Amino acid sequence: MTGYAYTILIPMIPLVMFLVTGLLGMKWKPIVSGLLGTIGMGTSWVLSLITAGSYFFGGHHAEGFQTIIPFETTWLRFTETLHINIGVLLDPISVMMLVVITTISFMVHLYSLGYMKGEKGFARFYAFLSLFTFSMLGLVIATNIFQMYIFWELVGVSSFLLIGFYYTKPSAVAASKKAFIVTRFADLGFLIGILILSFVTGTFDFGKLTEPGTAIFGSAASMSFMGISALTWAMTLIFIGGAGKSAMFPLHIWLPDAMEGPTPVSALIHAATMVVAGVFLVARMFPVIHFQAPDAQEIIGYVGGFTSLFAAVIAITQYDIKRVLAFSTLSQLGYMMLALGVSGYGGEEGLGYMASMFHLFTHAMFKALLFLGAGSIIHAVHSNYMYDMGGLRKYLPITHITFLIACLTIAGVPPLSGFFSKDEILVAALHHNKLLFAVEFLVAGLTAFYMFRLYFSVFWGKDRHYHHTPHESPLTMSIPLMFLAVASVFAGFLPFHHLVTSDKMGFDTEMHMAVAAPSVLIGLFGIAMAWILYKKESAVPEKLAQRWGILYTATYNKFYFDEIYLFVTKKIIFNYISRPIAWFDRHIIDGFMVGIGLVTEKIAYQIKGMQSGQLQHYAFMFVAGTLALALSLVYFLM
Amino acid sequence: MIQGIPLEHFLIVSTIMFFIGVCGFIIRRNLITMLMAIELILNSVNINFVVFNRYLYPDQLQGHFFSLFIVGIAAAEASVAIALIINIYRKLQNIDVENVNELRF
Repeated sequence: MTGYAYTILIPMIPLVMFLVTGLLGMKWKPIVSGLLGTIGMGTSWVLSLITAGSYFFGGHHAEGFQTIIPFETTWLRFTETLHINIGVLLDPISVMMLVVITTISFMVHLYSLGYMKGEKGFARFYAFLSLFTFSMLGLVIATNIFQMYIFWELVGVSSFLLIGFYYTKPSAVAASKKAFIVTRFADLGFLIGILILSFVTGTFDFGKLTEPGTAIFGSAASMSFMGISALTWAMTLIFIGGAGKSAMFPLHIWLPDAMEGPTPVSALIHAATMVVAGVFLVARMFPVIHFQAPDAQEIIGYVGGFTSLFAAVIAITQYDIKRVLAFSTLSQLGYMMLALGVSGYGGEEGLGYMASMFHLFTHAMFKALLFLGAGSIIHAVHSNYMYDMGGLRKYLPITHITFLIACLTIAGVPPLSGFFSKDEILVAALHHNKLLFAVEFLVAGLTAFYMFRLYFSVFWGKDRHYHHTPHESPLTMSIPLMFLAVASVFAGFLPFHHLVTSDKMGFDTEMHMAVAAPSVLIGLFGIAMAWILYKKESAVPEKLAQRWGILYTATYNKFYFDEIYLFVTKKIIFNYISRPIAWFDRHIIDGFMVGIGLVTEKIAYQIKGMQSGQLQHYAFMFVAGTLALALSLVYFLM
Repeated sequence: MIQGIPLEHFLIVSTIMFFIGVCGFIIRRNLITMLMAIELILNSVNINFVVFNRYLYPDQLQGHFFSLFIVGIAAAEASVAIALIINIYRKLQNIDVENVNELRF
């Protein structure tokens, strides 16, 4: 297919920007790198919009959307059949992701011009942002699972670099290490899953893997391990990789700590794009998971549901505004996973799939908006904590309005975008799994409550003693806010059910009043509760917290998961596995090697006297040796 | 001239010469004497070559030529050795081999 060859430029521009700003950025004024990165990103953004426009709206799509591969080349060739390609694949979800990534990335680039102004390492920041954007774009347009894995790791690296951007702060360093180790650990599962999958099917190609009714799984049915089929193993392991990146329970521990990074980074990586990579991965493998490994799909649904509830509960008690948002992100990611878990394939049945992608899209917009708004607040107040804030609506009018829009959107108030996507997910859940529906219904209320708790305590309530009067952010920061607010409001009207569906064919949906009305009501109820408790300064929340005592403390401490992990690693793994192995290495293996050296040295010391420097000594030895040899020869031969 | 003398007699002489040479090389401390001992060893080998050639392959000359080469090499070797010995003498004021022991552990 021709006509889409320019799509290769979309990831290449950020790569070039990374190289240029990374290598030469030190020599220029910082602002040059910033502008260069922003302009490059803007170009990519425009190209992505053109791609999306001509892909979705150019031409007739009665038989569904085609998968287009405008560019592909063999990257590593091992044998004729085993080779790894690298290329560009366009289908509805990858085109949608292109738009999401470039939009958010461009907004963040623009926003950072104001937010990061005067920071040390401004050029470095922009280089890393470009690297991240390149990796993420490469991930979504991957033509095969191995290319995806490579970019997956690159994304992990850039996330690591950006979380640890303030590398002089020990907490940031610890957080970046934690994020890297946890996701890397999960990626091990992903890698093993890829190996099993490609061993069974003999291909890495997404095209061949996800083709409906394909015959490559013919031989797979007979293979099993521990009573579970090889494909279920493969899919579950791949999902573990996705769960690591998307911070699903129990691998969620890295995401809240990742908030140590600069706020624009949190908006870009840890809210809108990288963390949805796991969801994207599951969506990409969806036909395989749905048809070949239904057990794995069940797991995905329940993990998603549990994570969303778990994170929403924790979010209620947190005081760090970015952490609240981080747990909210977890919760919403759980929503998306759950939607994939309960989805069927094709047409109306594939509602969950479509809803998941829809929510991914709208969530990217409003969550990026929330984070950028939070960044604007932090910029004004110089604190992350809600108890340092209050009454800010007077000082930050633009931030206030856009933040309110985002809160209403995530709470699912119609006709904002969050309402539509969340509603679709609830409908899909209702059709397939009543338990998960109930969980999500509850989470919808919790979401509204904790978001408005945040909103009221930041923008209403009493003024605090600020070091200086908080002031509205510069234009570079407020323009992205306004743009994303508009996007959050109107994204819900996109006809997603005609564009992004499980079998690439459009279908029609209607409002399900029976689901929509209660979900809006519980959202409003959550908002009302927050209004009562937090609009005015009152002692009620304190009292409630005290009444719930242990439960509150446990929630505040995130159910002690960090402590459990630390206990397991430090006390059990380090003490009972690592230490004996280290001892074995140090004493047995090293001892053996050192022993060889020592023995050689000792012997050499003993016999060095034989090299006396006396010529006649040597001659005597030589003759004696020759005689001995000759005699022994005679003796043995005779 | 040599008709009637059996091969063994020649070999006995050359063996005696060889071991006298070896013993001289090991026992004597004087470098010149050791050099002479080496000449003895070489010449005992020469005798062997010539005699074997004469008794086993009377119509060929390889053994003779080989011994001529050995004589030539021995002469060259003697000149180099004596040059070395002179240098050792200049350095140490004697030519006792026990004093030449710098090259050791």
